[in-house]
Amino acid sequence: MLKFVLTKIGMAALVALTVSFISFILLFMAGDPAIAIAGEGASGEVIAAIRSQYGFDRPLLVQYVDWLMRALSGDFGMSYYFKAPVSGMIAERLPVTMTIGFLGMSFALLLAIPMGVLAAAFPNTLIDRLALGIAVVGQAIPSFWFGLILIVVFSVNLGWVPASGTRQWTGYVLPMIVLGYYATPAIMRLTRAGMLEVLSADYIRTARAKGIKPRRVLFKHALRNAIIPVVSLAAVQLGFMFGGSVVVETIFALHGAGYLAWESISRNDLPTMQALILIFAMFYIAFTFLADVLNAWLDPRLRTV
Amino acid sequence: MTHTATPVLSIRNLTIDLPKGGDRPHAVSNLSLDIHEKEILCIVGESGSGKSITSFAAMGLLPKILKPSAGEILFEGRDVLKLSEAEHADLRGSRMGMIFQEPMSALNPCYTVGNQIEEVFEAHAQMSKAERRARTLALLKEVRLPDPERLYHAYPHQLSGGQRQRIVIAIALAMEPRLLIADEPTTALDVTTQAQILDMFKALKESRKAGILFVTHDFDVVAELADRVLVMQKGLVVEQGTAEQVLNNPSHPYTRMLIDAVPKRHGVKGNPDMSTPIALRVAGIEKTYSTARTMFKPARKVHAVKPTDFTVLEGQTLGIVGESGSGKTTLVRCLMGLVEPDEGSVWIGSSRLETTTAAGRRDFRKHIQIVFQDPYGALNPRRKIGDLLIEGAVNFGVPRSQAMEKARALLKIVRLEEDALDRYPAQFSGGQRQRISIARALMVEPKILIADEAVSALDVSVQKDVLKLLDDIRKAVGLTVIFITHDLRVAAEISDHILVMSKGEVVEYGTVDDVFGNPQHSYTRQLLAAMPGRGWEAPDMAAPGPADAAR
Repeated sequence: MLKFVLTKIGMAALVALTVSFISFILLFMAGDPAIAIAGEGASGEVIAAIRSQYGFDRPLLVQYVDWLMRALSGDFGMSYYFKAPVSGMIAERLPVTMTIGFLGMSFALLLAIPMGVLAAAFPNTLIDRLALGIAVVGQAIPSFWFGLILIVVFSVNLGWVPASGTRQWTGYVLPMIVLGYYATPAIMRLTRAGMLEVLSADYIRTARAKGIKPRRVLFKHALRNAIIPVVSLAAVQLGFMFGGSVVVETIFALHGAGYLAWESISRNDLPTMQALILIFAMFYIAFTFLADVLNAWLDPRLRTV
Repeated sequence: MTHTATPVLSIRNLTIDLPKGGDRPHAVSNLSLDIHEKEILCIVGESGSGKSITSFAAMGLLPKILKPSAGEILFEGRDVLKLSEAEHADLRGSRMGMIFQEPMSALNPCYTVGNQIEEVFEAHAQMSKAERRARTLALLKEVRLPDPERLYHAYPHQLSGGQRQRIVIAIALAMEPRLLIADEPTTALDVTTQAQILDMFKALKESRKAGILFVTHDFDVVAELADRVLVMQKGLVVEQGTAEQVLNNPSHPYTRMLIDAVPKRHGVKGNPDMSTPIALRVAGIEKTYSTARTMFKPARKVHAVKPTDFTVLEGQTLGIVGESGSGKTTLVRCLMGLVEPDEGSVWIGSSRLETTTAAGRRDFRKHIQIVFQDPYGALNPRRKIGDLLIEGAVNFGVPRSQAMEKARALLKIVRLEEDALDRYPAQFSGGQRQRISIARALMVEPKILIADEAVSALDVSVQKDVLKLLDDIRKAVGLTVIFITHDLRVAAEISDHILVMSKGEVVEYGTVDDVFGNPQHSYTRQLLAAMPGRGWEAPDMAAPGPADAAR
C-alpha cells in the first residue's frame, strides 16, 4: 500500500508539472499579452516597451521556468488589473470557495448516497420513485434559478438566512444547498446503479448464505463495492465545484476564487488567470490522487500499480 | 439402506411457481425428497430442470420472483417455508451451509479470507476474537489449504479457483451444519482440482454428521459421490433411487437418454488411417508473453507456448487436452492468426502461412476457422443470423446473393430451418447457437476447423448432438478438425489422435487408445486418475432396461 501511495504521488507530481506547462503556454497562444496590457490604440513603441518591461521578449521556456520557480515559492506576480499581488488576492478569496465547495460536496454525499442505497435496496417502490424524482428535478433546474428561488423563499419571505455575504455562517447555507444539489443526481444514480449491480453479485448470495443480517449485507458487503466509482466521480465533481462555482458565487455575492477567475478572464489579467488555473488544476490532481488512494483502500485489487 | 433416525431435510410435495408467461407454470412441481445424516444425495438434471432452484428454496435464497406455492421443506422438524427472513438467516450458515458453482465470484473482493470466515462466527456464536481466529485457522487446515496463517490475511483475488472454493467450503462448514448444500461446486474447476474437492466431500461425509445435497449435471461426479440419486426434468422428479440402481439400471427413458449421452471413456473410432496426406503442420510454434520493465515494475516473462510441433492428417480429428493455463488457448490463437507467434511456422498442405504480417495472418482465416466456447457471447445479438453468416464470405470477396445461397445450404447441413436467416441470436437455444457458429465457420470453406471447448457450455444431451453433427460434417466434406477440450471423455469420443498439454508444453501425443490405455507421461496419468467416477462405465442403452417391460 505504501508503494502504491508513493507511486501515485510521483505520477501526480508529473501530471501537475505537465498541466502547469500547458496552462502557461495556452495563455500565450490566446493573444499577445503586451498588446492586452497596453490597451486599445497603443503605439508600437509602447507595446515594445511593455514587452521588455514584463520580460515577454525572453524565450518562452525561460519565462516558464522563471514563472514556475516563483510560483513554487508562492509569488504569482502582480495583477495587471487590480495592481495588487496575485497571491494575496487568492489567499483572501480561496477560503470562501473552498468552504462552499466542501460544504456543497458534503451536502451532496449525505443526500445522494443514502438515497441511492435505499433506492437500490427497494427498487421500483415509492422510495425509489421519490429518490428518482429528487434527482430529476436537481438535474433539470439551472443553479441560478434554484438559487434565486431559495433567496426569495428563505431570505426575502422567511428571513431565516441572509441572501448574500459571508459575515455570518448562515450566509453559507444557501450556497451549500445550491452547489450540493447540483452534484446530487449523478452521485445518487451512480450509487443506485452500483448497488443494484453489486446486490445481484455472487458474493452477496454467499453473505446471505452465511446467515448475515440484511442490513449488514447491504452496508458491509454491498456498499463498499458499489461506492468505488462514486468516489472517483465525487473527486471530479469536487474539483469542478472549486473551479466552477462562479454562478453560485455571483448569485450570492460571495467574493470567492471562482468570481475572481471570472473577473480576471474578462479583464485579460494574465498573472491572475495563470495562478488560478494552476491552483484549480492542482486541486483536481490532489482530489484524483486522494480518490485513487481511497479506492485502493476500499478494494485491494486496485492496490497494484 | 434403511434409516431409523428422522431425515435431516425432508421436502414434501414442493411446488415453486414461475412468473406468468414462462414456458411452463412451475419451476419445480410436487417434489419430495429426504436427506439423512452421513448421506450424499445427488440431484441430476440438465439446465432448466429445477435442480438448483430446489436447493435455493431450502436455503431461503430464492430470487424474489419465484414463490413456493405448495408443500413444505422440513428441516430439523420445522417447515422453513414458514420462517421469517430473520429466523431463516439464523439457520443459514449455522445449521445449514451452502457451496456455490462459481468460486471466482463467490467471495467478496474487498475483505480478507480470514475476515469472511470469521464473519460466520460473529453472526452465529459468542466468541472472543482470539477464539474466532483459532477456529478459522483450524478450518483452513481442515479444507487442506497450505499455510493457513498466510491465507488468513490473503484477499480472494490472490487465490486460485480451487483455493477459493475451499474457502467457500470452510465458510459453509464453520458452524458444523447438519445440512450441506452444494450447487455444482466443481463444474468451474479443472479436473485435478475437482478430484481433490470431491475427495474432500467424501471425507466430510464421514467426519461430519451432515446430510449433503449435491446438485450436478455430471454423471461421473454422481458415480464418484452419490449414495442416492434423484433425476429431474423440467421441474419434475423422473427417477429416484440408489446410485447403483440409477447409474447401472436406469428405468426412466429420460435418465436412459442422459446416461446414453455420456461419452465413452475409450476411443470409439479404432485406429486412424495413417496413409492420408498431412493437412496441417505446426513447426516450432512458440509464444512468450513479456511485459517490459517500467519505472514501477520489473519485466516479466510467461512462456505461454513452448516450441511445439505436431501434424494433423486430412479428414481426421486431433484432440488437444489440458487444464486451464496449459497454453491451449494461446496455441489456438497462434493457429488462427489472432496472435503472432514469436517463432515457428504453420503449413497447410505444402504452403506455408505468413505469420509475420497482419495481411498474412488475415489469410489464415480462409483456411482455418474456429467455433468458440460460449454460444451466448459469440454471436452479435443485434444482427440477424443471415448477416452474421455471410459476413466472412463477403469479406473474402464472395457476392452477397451467392453467400446467402451458401448460408441457406449450410443451415440445412447443421439441421436448422431456413427461416433462421431472418431471426436474431436471442431466439435460439445454446445448442442451436453453437450450430449457427459451426455454419458461420464453414462459410469460407476452411480446410481446418478448430473447436475451442465448443461443447463445454452445453447440456450433455445437446453436447452429444453437436459432437455428432461435427463428426458428420467432417466426414461429409473431408474437413480436418482440431478439438480443444478439458473433458477427457469428449476428447476420447471424437478424436483420432490426442495431444496433451501442460504448462505450455506438449507432454504426450498419440492415438486415443495409446494415450488413454497406456499413458507415458506422469501428467497424463495424473489427469486420467483425476477423472471422477472411474469405477463406472455408462451401461449400453441399446439393451432394453428392466423397467421397460413393466412400463
